[in-house]
Amino acid sequence: MAAVQETVDKVKSIDVGEYKYGFVTDIESEKAPRGLNEDIVRFISAKKSEPEWMTEWRLDAYRRWLAMEEPKWARVHYPSIDYQDLYYYSAPKNMPALDSLDQVDPELLRTYEKLGIPLREQEILAGVKPSSRVAVDAVFDSVSVATTFKAELAKAGVIFCPISEALRDHPELVRKYLGTVVPATDNYFATLNSAVFSDGSFVYVPPGVRCPMELSTYFRINEQNTGQFERTLIIADKGSYVSYLEGCTAPKRDENQLHAAVVELVAMDDAEIKYSTVQNWYPGDSEGRGGIYNFVTKRGDCRGARSKISWTQVETGSAITWKYPSCILRGESSRGEFYSIAISNGMQQVDSGTKMIHLGENTSSRVISKGISAGRSQNTYRGQISAHRRARGARNFTNCDSLLIGDKCGAHTVPYIESRNASAVFEHEATTSKISDDQLFYCMQRGLSAEEATALIVNGFVRDVLQQLPMEFAVEAQKLIAISLEGSVG
Amino acid sequence: MLEIRNLHASVGGKQIINGLTLRVKAGEVAAVMGPNGSGKSTLSYVISGRAGYEVTDGEVLLNGENILELSPDLRAARGLFLAFQYPLEIPGVATMTFLKAAMNAQRKARGEAELSTPEFMKRVRAASDKLGVRQEMLRRPLNVGFSGGEKKRMEVLQMALLEPKFGILDETDSGLDIDALRVVSEGVNALRSPERGFLVITHYQRLLDHIKPDTVHVLSKGRIVKTGGPELALELEQNGYRDYVAEEAA
Repeated sequence: MAAVQETVDKVKSIDVGEYKYGFVTDIESEKAPRGLNEDIVRFISAKKSEPEWMTEWRLDAYRRWLAMEEPKWARVHYPSIDYQDLYYYSAPKNMPALDSLDQVDPELLRTYEKLGIPLREQEILAGVKPSSRVAVDAVFDSVSVATTFKAELAKAGVIFCPISEALRDHPELVRKYLGTVVPATDNYFATLNSAVFSDGSFVYVPPGVRCPMELSTYFRINEQNTGQFERTLIIADKGSYVSYLEGCTAPKRDENQLHAAVVELVAMDDAEIKYSTVQNWYPGDSEGRGGIYNFVTKRGDCRGARSKISWTQVETGSAITWKYPSCILRGESSRGEFYSIAISNGMQQVDSGTKMIHLGENTSSRVISKGISAGRSQNTYRGQISAHRRARGARNFTNCDSLLIGDKCGAHTVPYIESRNASAVFEHEATTSKISDDQLFYCMQRGLSAEEATALIVNGFVRDVLQQLPMEFAVEAQKLIAISLEGSVG
Repeated sequence: MLEIRNLHASVGGKQIINGLTLRVKAGEVAAVMGPNGSGKSTLSYVISGRAGYEVTDGEVLLNGENILELSPDLRAARGLFLAFQYPLEIPGVATMTFLKAAMNAQRKARGEAELSTPEFMKRVRAASDKLGVRQEMLRRPLNVGFSGGEKKRMEVLQMALLEPKFGILDETDSGLDIDALRVVSEGVNALRSPERGFLVITHYQRLLDHIKPDTVHVLSKGRIVKTGGPELALELEQNGYRDYVAEEAA
């Protein structure tokens, strides 16, 4: 329970409505001109010294994008985005190739320090026991600034680097897998990303290798009016295992900022990928001014037999979240999992869930979603479970629980279930509850303050999902939950 | 110890407590008995500070301090404990976790250091053994799926661990079979001490066979209408509340 106590202390130590990560780093940056056209796409590709096929791939995506329409089916509302008013590329200036962290701009390192992200390997080595070491890739606006533990990972044969670097050093791998899970034409935001993505992480785990440490990427949007479009590609070859975590923050700005990422996961025979997200983009102020539009496409392909992909997400930030981490269960007896905690407070809008597409025989999936709405927010779970006619013996279990705090917020559950064969077994459970005054009073009678009591009850509500997170991040997530619910009890 | 002076309180605009005065000394066990609707549960909620219970007049003093302006958690930190008639379920929160959070919250509010985990475990084990609470139960979410008897036992366990200065038992006997009643009563009796006061709120005499009160007070229409010794409870058991209700009506 120390964590709850810490949580509460942390909440108390910050001002009401204060977003802890809302500072701006004063650093010179190099930007592409505002707006989007073929020249900008070529500019980004040239900046990254990409092979020609890649430039063509981007241009192709861009041309497709021009003919597409922004999706409107989600239960979210926002003024239309002027895509010509954004910057599509921004990089901290003076970024020559770096050999060690000592060459990174100290201002940048300070930023990550403020965010509580230990980039310096020696700090990690000194402070933490070996089993909980984490290799970190830090992405600042459009570029990756540092990746730690590369050498040690290389010894195990694991490739963990910025995707721009992978395009240079391992073009055959990138070319083989990029766009095979989320095609360049998949949807409006994914297609835009395909045209203009500037960085992100690349992971390849060779056959039979269990990745020796947690891999982690931290994304930071710093520049104003800049879209962030990162692309992550993770391949777990036969019989391998990898656990990956991403975290995200951004400064407080009065304007909305667009974040349209794409994540592709590929798991071959008997491989397992565990992908965890702690998403804490700036959510906007209490009146709904500013905040990140988080329009993200995440999909995993269980390509091999008995492969497994597990998504765990803790979503507390962003003004609008539009995100459905999904699994294509192609391999026979493959398994997909989705564990989600989505918290909305203030004026936040969340439309999130998952898709489990059962294609192979005896595939199974499990969905546990916990939505918590407070303030004047709207929180929607949208999920699709489908079984192809050849997916004999497919099984799914879905559990969606919603918790309401106060009486001005909303919780919605929109499940789509399609089965094309008679042997599939799909189960769906859903509950909606409210933190009752009785529960609060009971806890307070035992000595807990109103905030402590709310944090305790909410942590109990999300416990099944928190248990899925790697240990050190579970504690972080627990704190984050309390902070994002601050001010939700009168 | 606990002193209630001319207390008036209403719920949803309806006056329930009408000029109630009651004193309980340190070391004393005072029983408050009354018919349904006389204001028994309201009294326990007003003393412990539940929202929605509006005090319109009077005072409640705990060791000389008026506690009516304090939030429920601060009253708890001052040493006030209420054993609920219907203990609440807290899904997903292990009983052990809840106990530690509550104990440390109170310690912190009093400016004391938090308990170390070994010290906490030692105390929990000792207290739960006495009450026959299995360790397995402490790992389950608080009160979720517990029987009526288990919930009441858990209330007494919490009281034993929080070591309050003053305990209120709100119809603790309701829903208990005779064996559970005995265990719970023994747990309460073990906590009796010259420094600690109790207010035992009950409809029936039977609880008072197990927890012997020093004084008995009859509550009717939000006031104490008669005060006496333990024999008063027996008299009520025989004659019912009729006399007092009628007296008030007349």
